Amino acid sequence: MSSIAIDAVSKIFGKTPALKDIALDIRDGEFMVLLGPSGCGKTTLLRCVAGLEQVNSGRIRIGERDVTDLAPRDRNIAMVFQSYAVFPHMTVGSNIGFGLRMKRRPKPEIERRVREGAELLGLVPFLDRYPAQLSGGQRQRVAVARALVMDAPVLLMDEPLSNLDALLRLQARADLKRLHKEVKRTTIYVTHDQVEAMSMGDRIAVMREGAIEQLGAPMEIYDNPATQFVGGFIGSPPMNFLRGAIRDGSFTGDGFAVPITRMRGDLQGREMVLGVRAEHITIADDGIPARVMVVEPLGSHALVTVLVGKTAVKVQAPIDVAVRPDQAINLHFDEATLRWMDAGTGSAIQR
Amino acid sequence: MNARVLDRSVLYAGAIFLAIWVLVPFYLIAISAFTPQAKIFDYPKPLVPTSLSTDTMQFFVEARGVIPSVLNSLVVALFTIVFGLVLGAPAGYALARFRFRGREAFQVVVLMTKMFPIAILSIPLAVTFLQLGLYDNLISVALVHTAMALPFIVLVTGGVFVAVSHELEEAAQTLGCSRWGAFLRIVLPLALPGLAAAAIFTFVISWNEVFAATILTLRTRTLPAQVLASLSTSPLAFKFAGGLFMVLPAIVFIFLIRKYLMNLWGSR
Repeated sequence: MSSIAIDAVSKIFGKTPALKDIALDIRDGEFMVLLGPSGCGKTTLLRCVAGLEQVNSGRIRIGERDVTDLAPRDRNIAMVFQSYAVFPHMTVGSNIGFGLRMKRRPKPEIERRVREGAELLGLVPFLDRYPAQLSGGQRQRVAVARALVMDAPVLLMDEPLSNLDALLRLQARADLKRLHKEVKRTTIYVTHDQVEAMSMGDRIAVMREGAIEQLGAPMEIYDNPATQFVGGFIGSPPMNFLRGAIRDGSFTGDGFAVPITRMRGDLQGREMVLGVRAEHITIADDGIPARVMVVEPLGSHALVTVLVGKTAVKVQAPIDVAVRPDQAINLHFDEATLRWMDAGTGSAIQR
Repeated sequence: MNARVLDRSVLYAGAIFLAIWVLVPFYLIAISAFTPQAKIFDYPKPLVPTSLSTDTMQFFVEARGVIPSVLNSLVVALFTIVFGLVLGAPAGYALARFRFRGREAFQVVVLMTKMFPIAILSIPLAVTFLQLGLYDNLISVALVHTAMALPFIVLVTGGVFVAVSHELEEAAQTLGCSRWGAFLRIVLPLALPGLAAAAIFTFVISWNEVFAATILTLRTRTLPAQVLASLSTSPLAFKFAGGLFMVLPAIVFIFLIRKYLMNLWGSR
């Protein structure tokens, strides 16, 4: 039983607040992704859970235990670092067994578990090699194996895939996901890559400027971003935003009008931002006028960038779409999928 | 193309000139030290020695006071290394790991201590050591040498520790080490070659230091102090032999650790 409870945690570096009153509960066995741009505090939060940073206020509990004031080694965690932090003066086998040796496990047990860890990550042929003789992907797997054999109920990962090239990252992503299914450790995974977050996380905590902007399952966050920031951060391409106000049954902004049939009466005239995903826009015979800027064929579909009024909007179109740059076209927005945010705060508005 | 060839040749000419500038005196001292007493005044000197003998070296090594002074020098150098690393390496570690207030100022101040000529410091030091009862004591010489070597040790060990990634230390901590344990098991083994280089260079500093050693000792002379004291009364061959004997460890050691000195001088 190893849920993690982060309760009102704050961290200040000098005068800069890095974490502002963070509250986050992670369930036993859950894969929680901390997602956000660099400097948002996600790594700091992970390091606070690891005990590598001291919190300024708040408590952290792992399972039933308050670990806030404990050293990293007393917290029952294992961590994978961004640089892998594989010890260069030890063989792969010694690296994987390092934590077990520190815990003074009996030698046969260490050997057995090192072997198991190496098998799990396909490292058996490399057990006697030194890290300098390994590729980046192999070193990354050594770091994961070293963390896994600890049998700690909590696994912390700090951007473990960010130093791999694109192809390898795809493979490693799937491997990590499979591994999580097999070992079921409570995992906190830090990344700035929204694709990683979407594909791996049971839940995602989107962070910005030291606070959690939204917490939820990947598709929930994708479909219903709590703020304009989240909508713009999640998804490739990110959500499109149009600024305007509802007047006389349509959402009108700088050079465009989107017809709206159902809307709360009190939102009439209020400055709002309309959010719409590229796949919820279709090119139609009539509708909202737009001008094509760029057409990018991407194999499975084409990404068309158009100008609606003065705002650039990305549209996902079939690969055989017959439009050219500078062509005037019409768009249809699927009204049920439109999202609304306050123009001032960026927070979502329920319709 | 031609300009580049010219550039290269000027560069190489300069490098060769400097190398000759440094190497020729070493060479002359070396062959003189192995020339028999009788032939030492031969002129012009043959560039390739015709008759080598170890007589002069033997004479030097067997001269009164040389062996004890070599032992004294070794003792002083070893104490200097121990004192210097015990005091300097933690400072270097702090410089490498912690962002504390006045960190830059500290680095400058460390270097500033090199501004004071040892000649000016020696007299008050001698007086102080007399008062403390440390005069004519190998420990006192080692203390002065430690003070002279410390700026170097702090900056070099700082560079050595910076090169060991912080994440390695943190990884060890998450894997069951205390801070101290992570240092001993991870940082120290990785820093060891660099620390050894610092130790060897400290040895050379101490081994070659003559001024403080002369002022602060009377009977327990280190080798340079001993050679200096007998310089005016000894035959030329003896001087050459002494010179070679003193310069050899420095050359050998610096050759061994040149990689780390390059680090120190910023061509990392």
